[in-house]
Amino acid sequence: MNRKKNFVWPLLVLPGVLFVTVFMLIPLFSLCLTSFFPDQTFSLSSYFSLFKDQYFQQTFVRSIRLSLLSTFMCALLGFPSAYYISKYSRHKGMMMAFAVFPMFTSPVVRSFSWMVILGKRGIVNNFLVWSGLFAKPQDLLYNEFSMTVGFVQLFLPQMILALIGVMDNIPDDLTLAAGNLGATRIGSFIHVIFPLSISGLVTGSVLVFTGCMTAYTTPQLLGGTDTRVLATMVYQYAMSLRDWTQASVVAVVMIVCTMAISSIFNSMSRKINPMA
Amino acid sequence: MKKNRLLMVVTALVYVFLIGPLLVIAAASFSETKALKFPGEGFTLDWYKQVLTMSSFIEAAKLSVIIAIAATAIALLLGLPAAYALNRYRFRGKEAIKTLFLSPVLIPVIVLGFIMLRYVVSAYDLEVIPSLLIGHTLLSIPYVMRVVTSSLANFDFAIEEAAGSLGATRVYTFFNVVLPNIKSGIASACIMSVINSFNNVSLSAFLTGPGVNMLPIEIMSYVEYHFDPTIAALATLLMVATLGVMLLIEKTLGLQSVV
Repeated sequence: MNRKKNFVWPLLVLPGVLFVTVFMLIPLFSLCLTSFFPDQTFSLSSYFSLFKDQYFQQTFVRSIRLSLLSTFMCALLGFPSAYYISKYSRHKGMMMAFAVFPMFTSPVVRSFSWMVILGKRGIVNNFLVWSGLFAKPQDLLYNEFSMTVGFVQLFLPQMILALIGVMDNIPDDLTLAAGNLGATRIGSFIHVIFPLSISGLVTGSVLVFTGCMTAYTTPQLLGGTDTRVLATMVYQYAMSLRDWTQASVVAVVMIVCTMAISSIFNSMSRKINPMA
Repeated sequence: MKKNRLLMVVTALVYVFLIGPLLVIAAASFSETKALKFPGEGFTLDWYKQVLTMSSFIEAAKLSVIIAIAATAIALLLGLPAAYALNRYRFRGKEAIKTLFLSPVLIPVIVLGFIMLRYVVSAYDLEVIPSLLIGHTLLSIPYVMRVVTSSLANFDFAIEEAAGSLGATRVYTFFNVVLPNIKSGIASACIMSVINSFNNVSLSAFLTGPGVNMLPIEIMSYVEYHFDPTIAALATLLMVATLGVMLLIEKTLGLQSVV
């Protein structure tokens, strides 16, 4: 393109570049620097002591475990629904809208709704007692169970939409052809639909997993003091305990974990996906 | 296509799980009982009247709306020229700049809140409102960049050259030729960015100060100590607003364009 006008583009990108650099990039570098150079010299001591800390170990493992479990549940529930919406439903637009609606609704409202449902006098406990399964109301709230339920409801729409995105691109002819060649409906699902949907499954899983690893509202409202996760731990260290050194180290661990897991998922999808 | 009953039942259950809890709150907001419960008893609109008189919620809601709109506007001012330059000109380091603009979405928002507090707000001794504005602008920039870049990718820059050869100035062409062609992209970017900013908790939790609160934070601190139908009424009002926005999107842009 025109060489003479090449002086224009720096003026156009500069304000934004400066803004992101000053308010995010430099703070991010400072965060890493201070956590790796606690006393002006390079040292991993903050990380060693963090990973030796039993409270952190439990929190770290809990974050990973709940995120993996929620991702698995979202895949399990999302796959059949997305398949139904993409290939069978006559009200696709409306079904998509109903998946988007909770996504647009505040996470505070959505977590709060589970406080109403799973509480001691909530509808679930009423049912458990009424049906005679339990003699008295159970503790369904402020534990890993309620957190997982909250996470799954929070991120399931993302999984469903990611899956519908790829399933819409699978031509119906493929399943018809498989049927003509003698495949059962389940057979053509396993050998045709599933392999072609894996890229959507991976995209959805990355969204759900990183979402669960970094979500703050849901664990704060639906978790208890003994079921903290990394996000609530960063907040606790930074705001309640005012221990910014410790908060920084946990924050860096969070960044590294989410990035590592998403790149593992993505490279996995490249290996599995027959279309790539 | 043939019907598949099993799939239909599973999908129906999944949707009950997704939407049901929200309907439960809406139903509970009309209950006459003091304690929040479902199913409720009787029917009253008192909780709605009460919530509309609680100045802490009203003030917080106002601030949330103002910050969401202002931050989106700033993000647009910063992002639109950059997106245009990235699509229009060829230069070195383009990919790096694009990644930089999208990077706020790669950092966990809770971490973004913490580093904003430690290295920006404390370092420059910022007031609450400017800090919220800067933080929320960071949240909005990737939304604006992603959507505007993809609408510009579909724009044929030959049209711009045609306008130029007919005597239009660059600036005139941008506002009268380029902008009208990408306005629906800009609109959907703005809507997504406003919703995202309005619902944000992790960032605001670090940046709000005494007496200055954003609505989601105000609700969170309220439900820690109270469990009454006022919050259900407020939640229902928010859901009605969400539905309104969705209908508006569907009528103007089509929902497909924003998700």
